[in-house]
Amino acid sequence: MPEKPIQGEKRAFMTGNEVVAWAALAAGAEIMYGYPITPQNEIMHYWTRMVPKYDRRFLQTEDELSAGFTTVGGVLAGKRAFTATAGPGNTLMQEPLSMAEAMRLPVVVVVQQRGGPSTATVIYSQQEVTMTTLGGNGEGLRVVYSTATHQELFDYTIKAFNTAWKYRFPTFVLGDGYQAKMRESLVLYDPQTRGIEMVPTEPYVGKPGLPGTDRPPTHMRNTYNVEEELYEVLEQYLADYAKAAPQIAEYDAFDTEDADLVIVSHGVVSRACKAAVKELREAGYKVGYFRPITLRPLPVDQLRETAGKCKQMMVVESANGQLDRLVKEAIFGSTVEMLSLFKPGVGITSEEVVSRVKEIKG
Amino acid sequence: MSVQPAMPKCWRIESKPHKFCPGCGHGLVLKALGQAIDELGIQDKIVFGCDIGCSLLSWDFFNCDTIQTHHGRTTPVVTGIKRANPDVIAVAYMGDGGGYAIGSQHLVNASARNERITAILVNNTQYGMTGGQMAPTTMPGQKTETSPYGRDPEKTGYPTQGPEMVAAITPEGAYVARGTVANVKQLKGFIKKALENQIAGNGFSFVEALSTCPTNWRTNAEETWNFVEKEMTKYFKVGEIKVPGPREKEGQ
Ligand SMILES: Cc1ncc(C[n+]2csc(CCOP(=O)(O)OP(=O)(O)O)c2C)c(N)n1
Ligand code: SF4
Ligand SMILES: [Mg+2]
Repeated sequence: MPEKPIQGEKRAFMTGNEVVAWAALAAGAEIMYGYPITPQNEIMHYWTRMVPKYDRRFLQTEDELSAGFTTVGGVLAGKRAFTATAGPGNTLMQEPLSMAEAMRLPVVVVVQQRGGPSTATVIYSQQEVTMTTLGGNGEGLRVVYSTATHQELFDYTIKAFNTAWKYRFPTFVLGDGYQAKMRESLVLYDPQTRGIEMVPTEPYVGKPGLPGTDRPPTHMRNTYNVEEELYEVLEQYLADYAKAAPQIAEYDAFDTEDADLVIVSHGVVSRACKAAVKELREAGYKVGYFRPITLRPLPVDQLRETAGKCKQMMVVESANGQLDRLVKEAIFGSTVEMLSLFKPGVGITSEEVVSRVKEIKG
Repeated sequence: MSVQPAMPKCWRIESKPHKFCPGCGHGLVLKALGQAIDELGIQDKIVFGCDIGCSLLSWDFFNCDTIQTHHGRTTPVVTGIKRANPDVIAVAYMGDGGGYAIGSQHLVNASARNERITAILVNNTQYGMTGGQMAPTTMPGQKTETSPYGRDPEKTGYPTQGPEMVAAITPEGAYVARGTVANVKQLKGFIKKALENQIAGNGFSFVEALSTCPTNWRTNAEETWNFVEKEMTKYFKVGEIKVPGPREKEGQ
């Protein structure tokens, strides 16, 4: 038995990509499949360096279609399998992830967002929200965590494996190029020492016994002969998803109780918003902070409750309204005034948020 | 063909009779595969992946663990399974469109990496499932729904020589052959060797099977057999193309 990658707890100062590799190791991920793309490359770099020592595996595939479909294969074999990608790679990843949705396969994908459309840029961006939450030809039967700090990249990469294997929905961890490349301090830990039990995995194929005699054969399909057959399957999936959603949904909020204006943001942008809200409060502005941690499913009830209490909501994101659309759908019917600060593919500072609020509030 | 021999033991009775059109070659290829699995006694080790194409109809064909994948993506799914669990014997079953068009990058790279899997590709010279469009394997002059005046090699090239390509790009240890549904016994032999080659851990194993699609060819029984035996073999040579050990003579 190879030793545990992290014994107890360990302070570290490292890049986001390195954090993801350590988190996957600590979570007991057994195999990674991947195709190079900036800004996620170093996840593979760190993973491949640690693979022999901790008895893990890696396959570099010919493209992201293959990375996604081989990850599907790894999960079918019963392994904690994952891949990482970004931008155009995420686009290709949607086809295998749609198969994972159809078969309820607990595939884990780390997405370090980059600017778009097309090849665009590789640093600040929150432009893969629509694709990651609702991509593929399906109903978005997936879980998406959006992380803001390196500690969260670590925590939620571990959690992604557990959510995926517990609920059997493919699960994404969203970061961006800035988080991927920036160094920050965090605490690495062995999940067990924090009381986090890793949800056990099980093989779908290659189980013991003669199929058809000792056990039924595994026969998994994604094609249906008649509409009713598919509808029945989807009804069950959608019911499962609706039931799991409130258990999965996570958010962070403060100062929303008496706020006139609540700033809604996610991921790395929420750091600027958090600082801005604190500063504005000190200056006497009645502002609040709301940050969905899960973008799919969204914390719908809490968003609606917040929208019901304040007069204005301002969505701040490094995209042209991708979170905004999700929020508006979630709070549909609310009379709250919707404001925005959108900077597609560009970072947002707390000063910008503060001055926008001052502009609005006078 | 006189007496119909019993169906392979690993076939699943509950899903028979199978759903392929009468005279379709898919059933014969799956029979050859079934016999090879029976003879090797590996039914409990097989993980069978089928593509989208008429091969999708085989998703409940065997009493073997089976995954129906996407069009062209069976090779990576099966590769992912085998990489994660090398104890299984992994089979990727696909059509010529799936293997040589939309999934060609997967076939090329699985070959180059010498993945320890067995790929079986059914060459029926067109896209059967979608109603008979031109495929990379369509014969020069052959009429399909998207080459209604016959395939013009000047504009669309010549039929893909799949096994020859795989043989050229695989490292040592690979097994490559082209069989035909016109000779199921020989085809079974090739598939059996391809499976044995995977079990031995030698390398990538690839068998193309020349097959029939009377539905889209719009041929009667005689024309169907004439096309697969006489016409297709003008471009597609039947026999072993690459073997790790001593070479078997052609057409044996
Ligand atoms: C991504 C994608 N593109 C297109 C299709 C439509 N499609 C389904 S089967 C098929 C062709 C099948 O032809 P082939 O692989 O030769 O198998 P055959 O049916 O001839 O056995 C196509 C194009 C699809 N399912 N997925
Ligand atoms: S359409 Fe052609 S390939 Fe498909 S089942 Fe019918 S005969 Fe076979
Ligand atoms: Mg075909």
